[in-house]
Amino acid sequence: MNFWEMFYKNKLALTGCGIVVLLFAVSLLAPVIAPYDPGAIDLKNVLASPSAEHWFGTDQLGRDVLSRMIWGARISLKVGFVATGLAILIGMILGAVAGYYGGWIDAVIMRFVDIMLCFPTFFLILAVIAFLEPSIWNIMIVIGLTSWMGVTRLVRADFISLRERDFVRAARSIGANDARIIFVHILPNALASILVAATLGIAGAILTESALSFLGIGVQPPTPSWGNILTAGKDNIDIAWWISLYPGLAILITVVGYNLLGEGIRDASDPRLKR
Amino acid sequence: MSAYLIKRILFMIPLLLGITIICFFVMRLAPGAPTDLQTQMNPKASAEMKERLRSMYELDKPIHVQYWSWLKKIGRGDLGISFSSDRRPVSEKIWERLPITILINLLSLVIIIAVAVPIGVLSAVHQDSLFDKVTAVFVFIGFAVPTFWLALLLMIFFGIHLGWLPISGLRSLNYEYLNTWEQFLDLAKHLILPVFISAFGGLAGLSRYMRANMLEVIRQDYILTARAKGLSERQVIYKHALRNALLPAITILGLSIPGLIGGSVIFETIFAIPGMGQLFYMSVMARDYPTVMGILLIGAILTLVGNLIADVSYALADPRIRIS
Repeated sequence: MNFWEMFYKNKLALTGCGIVVLLFAVSLLAPVIAPYDPGAIDLKNVLASPSAEHWFGTDQLGRDVLSRMIWGARISLKVGFVATGLAILIGMILGAVAGYYGGWIDAVIMRFVDIMLCFPTFFLILAVIAFLEPSIWNIMIVIGLTSWMGVTRLVRADFISLRERDFVRAARSIGANDARIIFVHILPNALASILVAATLGIAGAILTESALSFLGIGVQPPTPSWGNILTAGKDNIDIAWWISLYPGLAILITVVGYNLLGEGIRDASDPRLKR
Repeated sequence: MSAYLIKRILFMIPLLLGITIICFFVMRLAPGAPTDLQTQMNPKASAEMKERLRSMYELDKPIHVQYWSWLKKIGRGDLGISFSSDRRPVSEKIWERLPITILINLLSLVIIIAVAVPIGVLSAVHQDSLFDKVTAVFVFIGFAVPTFWLALLLMIFFGIHLGWLPISGLRSLNYEYLNTWEQFLDLAKHLILPVFISAFGGLAGLSRYMRANMLEVIRQDYILTARAKGLSERQVIYKHALRNALLPAITILGLSIPGLIGGSVIFETIFAIPGMGQLFYMSVMARDYPTVMGILLIGAILTLVGNLIADVSYALADPRIRIS
């Protein structure tokens, strides 16, 4: 069976794929499908419980929680892709170089990975954010800069197992240079595992961003993100449960979606890994 | 064993140096550093603050001199003076808050082991049973739940709806008037939700790992031998298989330490627990740079020590490690 047949038969992977597609659609169509303006303050309807007009209720300024969540989906999508893209780029290059050249280059890069892994990631992110202004771009870059270590290890392992194969020797014998061998010949063989790591990485980045925004160090209000809507939930925890419940469910479902998709890609691309 | 221990401790030295170098470079992002662009953009950095940073880090000297004198200072345990209004030494502020953070992290490690190991073993032994399938779903959701959100839900349910558990702080208002036993109970009640939240993230990971490990061990020849010589299923599973499946889990626990320590920021902030995580959060918000740097460094060193303990106990439990 080829990749697509395997993937198509995996119901869980398809569910994950469906959730991710839905997230894309909601983000793209946010201006059309959001029932209210996410920033529209309505002081006559403060902390209204869920009803026919406001399905998920309103927050402390009378803003519609559902509309804010729909716009918040854009932030999650953006953070997930940009932060993970950066992490993959760094991890891919360092892992490829370490695995391909070996020796002292490998030793230096892997010691650097070990050192980075000593830091509680959340501490490192918070410390850097303390020195910079919390903005969505800073958040994305910092999450990316602190989450490339796993990819590096993965790509390095792939390169070590591939670099002595016959097709690499063949490429070398016809005079291909190192860059060509790394990017044209070896890297495509490692793409499947990178894709899996990227999908799972997006899930992790979304969780990190929501925690940062929840603590008030991430995406700043009035821009809605799932994390900072939950901050309002905490402030009104004893009177308005709906602000706490729904955005968290959105995070949970999104992360489950990416995780299912990632595991589906892994099972389909390498059936040997399937239990 | 002592040779292994010495080797392992020597191995820590370059890592420790690396940690200080990264901390040092993060610190140079601070306003007042040569990258002065940030300062103009940052209204919170007063002239006095910049001056203190400048003298503290000797910014007029070459970079390696700066690093060396900073390293000597932290080597003496001097992490600088806090920028907050109390102007106390950073090391003192961290020291008084460290015990509660370590206590909560240790309690959650105990819970992670006590819950995740049986779950992993049972779902492996009864592979594809209903129990296995239900726990698989829980584990999958466990990986995806934002812990701070779970904390909010538990606060709403157990704290506000049912009124069973306190939702903030470590002590009730009447703590002083309780006897020792009641004080203990009061503290325990305050710790239930934070410890559960702190443990939650690690539960999914370890139980999944234990299951995979156990499945692999059960298929080994020595398990077949144990069965062949007529041992009871109980002895085969809990004596021969479990021991071997448990060993690599020590490493996983070691790897989970940075996550636990990092998570302390979240649950200590939500539950208003006066630990190192809450101090870190407050320092980040107040831009108290010396305290931020101090905690970043301490957090990394705690991780390093945790990994050392994990490696050493692995070596104690498995002779193959310390001989090779």
